[in-house]
Amino acid sequence: MVLERSRTGVRPDQEVVPGATGADPLEAPAPEPDPAGSIVVALAQCYPRLGDVATNLSTHLTVIRDAAAQNAGLVVFPELSMTGYFLKDQVPDVAMRLDSAEIVALRDASGAANIDVVVGFILESDSHRFYNASMYLSAGEVVHVHRKVYLPTYGLFDEQRYVAAGNRFRAFDAPLGGHTRRPWRAGILICEDLWHPSAAALLARQGVDLFICPSASPGSGVLQGEALGTARSYDVMTRTYAQLFTGYVAYCNRTGFEDGVGFWGGSRVVGPLGTVLGALPGAAETVLFHTLERSELRRARVTYPLLRDERNDVNDAETDRLRRRHPRD
Amino acid sequence: MSTTQRPTDSAADTLAIDAGFVAGLLRDFIADGIRKVGFERVVVGLSGGVDSSLVTSLAVSSIGAANVVALFMPYRTSDPQSAIDAYAVCDSLGVAAETIDITAQVDEYFERFPDADRTRRGNKMARERMSILYDQSMAQRALVLGTSNKTELLLGYGTLFGDTASALNPIGDLYKTQVFELARALDLPQSVLTKPPSADLWAGQSDEEELGIRYAVIDQILHLLVDQRRSRSEVIAHGFTAADVDWVDTRVRGSQYKRRPPVIAKLSSRTIDREFRYPRDWGR
Repeated sequence: MVLERSRTGVRPDQEVVPGATGADPLEAPAPEPDPAGSIVVALAQCYPRLGDVATNLSTHLTVIRDAAAQNAGLVVFPELSMTGYFLKDQVPDVAMRLDSAEIVALRDASGAANIDVVVGFILESDSHRFYNASMYLSAGEVVHVHRKVYLPTYGLFDEQRYVAAGNRFRAFDAPLGGHTRRPWRAGILICEDLWHPSAAALLARQGVDLFICPSASPGSGVLQGEALGTARSYDVMTRTYAQLFTGYVAYCNRTGFEDGVGFWGGSRVVGPLGTVLGALPGAAETVLFHTLERSELRRARVTYPLLRDERNDVNDAETDRLRRRHPRD
Repeated sequence: MSTTQRPTDSAADTLAIDAGFVAGLLRDFIADGIRKVGFERVVVGLSGGVDSSLVTSLAVSSIGAANVVALFMPYRTSDPQSAIDAYAVCDSLGVAAETIDITAQVDEYFERFPDADRTRRGNKMARERMSILYDQSMAQRALVLGTSNKTELLLGYGTLFGDTASALNPIGDLYKTQVFELARALDLPQSVLTKPPSADLWAGQSDEEELGIRYAVIDQILHLLVDQRRSRSEVIAHGFTAADVDWVDTRVRGSQYKRRPPVIAKLSSRTIDREFRYPRDWGR
């Protein structure tokens, strides 16, 4: 997989062609860990092999090592990165528990390489429910598991047939590989979760600095002048959430094909002013590196103190009123 | 039935595609599809028309001319211009075309049924071509690429288990007018781009004369009904005649069986494609 280093100012449409620049990205100077609050995030835009957990685990371990060698404090993999997406009846066959051997291998890798990892998988509960989940690993431990709440079951999607829905959006302290003096508040939104702004708002209310957004978004809707309708939608959503909630958005979409459906890639980091800071131009298997700055969060929130001004009391009161009046809505 | 309907500008706009992006996606689709089954080659039935020419071009740019088997399979009544066009396409792409004439095998069969009409004969030709493509698929370890576009598939304007049969169809989600747009962008030979679309069962046959409506109109009606989920009255409000809209709608409903696998009588608790649901890429 190609490693692509992004900096503020890199054009989102910039072509990423391995070797075309004459410089091996692996040889690019690696940033030093910054106690003042810089963190290198790696977005692993990969092509999970459908139902082939062993191959996918191998890919994950390689990327984790490579990303750590680039001094990344966090590497994010797409939705269902360990299993592929259109699993259908394979869901029980590829499901994992937090003590499954593959998960243990990933935990060990995060500890050994000193890098935090967000990985997508099918989680099986003790009561044998199956969830579309992404978990945050750090120093060999599972820090957080998010079970996808919004399961699309329309159009080409059929998730509710195969998996159970999560029921919470919880922020957590992300150690970021210990590369910063203190953790950042983070939250995970998986793909369709992004289509529901209340999900992002709930995380923002919990003080989230970094929205981690693993995705398996299929390309759909060929448009004139711009690639795909779905890509345009995610462009709007990621920029909007970053700006309105003055946080970073790390959106990692997958690539490849399943049953003829192509996943469009386009992974990106959006800054807390709503600017796309780094983005992969297409569906190539590539790792995008970008440095997040604590100072940028501060600058955005000084300029736009939207979180300070948020009227949670009004929101709660109105929600209570609506709940009383329309209990079924 | 009107054949002089002027498409509305707003509907025409929605059919426009980004040809460069679409071509890139379809090249990746082909390369990925053959890799998954462990093949390195594809086989295409090349007629000299725009659909199969476009598919051949996409395949060549995806996996290289050496990995594309182009079979030209004429019948004795095929338009001689078709052979010229098919070979012009292959020459421009650097593909070595092979001709397999299907006249003998078709005529031998119909010696027993001399009264068979054109439809039966056309279906037989399409299925003979299919059987050759699948034999060559096995012989050359080459995956059969489909050449049916979205307009044909939605209208049922094709032969079941004939020209609609394939392993991978790169253009099945492109309307006929979009196929032309992409073919123009890829610089296919001019004669392929300008001649009237034809199933070429006999010289001078024309799709649009048979169908009775121009593809430009059919495609816009289909796009509004299918992609945009517009109602009959909304499509008519876009400027299309009720007769044309109803004709398209009836064709789509009436040909649904051609777009589905055969119906299986349900008996067990886990019937294929009902409770037994796996992706086609299962294990790939």
